Amino acid sequence: MTTLLEVAGLACHRGGRPVLDGLSFSLAKGELLVLTGPNGSGKTTLLRALALLVPAEAGTIAWQGADVAADREAWRSALAWLGHQDGLKGDLTVRENLLIAQRLRSEPVDGDRIDDALGAFGLTPLARRAVRSLSAGQRRRVALARVVASQASLWLLDEPLNALDAESQAALLTILEGHLDQGGLAIAATHAPIKISSARTLELAP
Amino acid sequence: MSGFAALMARDLRLVWRRPGDVAVVLAFFVVATVLFPLGIGPEANVLARIAAGVLWCAALFAALLSLDRLFAADHEDGTLDLLLLAPWPLELAALAKCAAHWIVTGLPLAVLAPFLGVAFGLEAKSLAALGTTLLVGTPTLSLVGGLAAALTLGARRSGALLALLALPLCVPTLIFGASAVETIATGEGFATHLAILAALALVSLATLPWAIAAALRQAGE
Repeated sequence: MTTLLEVAGLACHRGGRPVLDGLSFSLAKGELLVLTGPNGSGKTTLLRALALLVPAEAGTIAWQGADVAADREAWRSALAWLGHQDGLKGDLTVRENLLIAQRLRSEPVDGDRIDDALGAFGLTPLARRAVRSLSAGQRRRVALARVVASQASLWLLDEPLNALDAESQAALLTILEGHLDQGGLAIAATHAPIKISSARTLELAP
Repeated sequence: MSGFAALMARDLRLVWRRPGDVAVVLAFFVVATVLFPLGIGPEANVLARIAAGVLWCAALFAALLSLDRLFAADHEDGTLDLLLLAPWPLELAALAKCAAHWIVTGLPLAVLAPFLGVAFGLEAKSLAALGTTLLVGTPTLSLVGGLAAALTLGARRSGALLALLALPLCVPTLIFGASAVETIATGEGFATHLAILAALALVSLATLPWAIAAALRQAGE
């Protein structure tokens, strides 16, 4: 399998204390890395460090063999982000949020892709509703649809199953498997199990 | 559509959906300005002399009123992360947000100010100068305020901190903006003052988006 992401000796500090120290792993096409560990073990910090939102004290992150720090914009084009917060504007409709997300990623607006992503999470009837009128679970599904509608090959997902009902969790796993089957990669920090055959688990110690 | 245009369009659309936010700023400007003639009395000479200073100060305070939400809303709902992760320069995102702020705040204030100037007994030339100086000077207020908003992101009592940071930095613009109108009253032209206001706006435009972007990156960590 072709290794696309290679992390070597990654170290991060938060609030003056070391959270990650000398962490190394690699990820190949079609692989999912599930980050587990107790609260405060550095799952979110690792995701944010990979996205270059948090500076690393030491170590390198290489994408397709090249250091991501050398071309940050190309790296950001390759990844889609789902954080703790949903990253949605409550005064915009569901569809508008996804359209604007595509434009902010400098991707060509692809209405079909958005419709497919909304459909996959059962959000089509809600497409014209303002996000502020949705429940927490519905908003989480919209945020996930935003990730799915992007053309990014690497998905960074922080607690993707939060607030989702059983049906939506199953939908997410199906979509995630489809993404991996097409050669995509994903890293998900979670406390809930993600049952996908190609998933590897990285347990972070507190 | 480029990311810059998309972000500006998004912010303008958000204001369009919640027009009350801008209406409050403009209402504050009107009320704060009208209080002066009521408080000082109908002494035409006094009112005309203080008009430019009062209108410029009120415009500055009104602009600041809306600035504390400039980045705070994006920070709270997580969309700031999406801007930090956008594959185009964050400096452009900072500029797009300040430009949108100017369109919905600075521009209406510049249009409204000459009408309020009538209450102070300003002559037609002074009214035109007032509108022109605000048009050229308010982009600086949006950019300086944007920097203060980014620096105070996530801080407790960020509104008060924002004002403390931004107000001193806005003093040169305030001085040249107000004195340009006073210059008209003495029968002189205000081209020099206008040129200085434009220079301040250009310097802000050339430097502050980088500073705002650096502050936003810091806030995103």
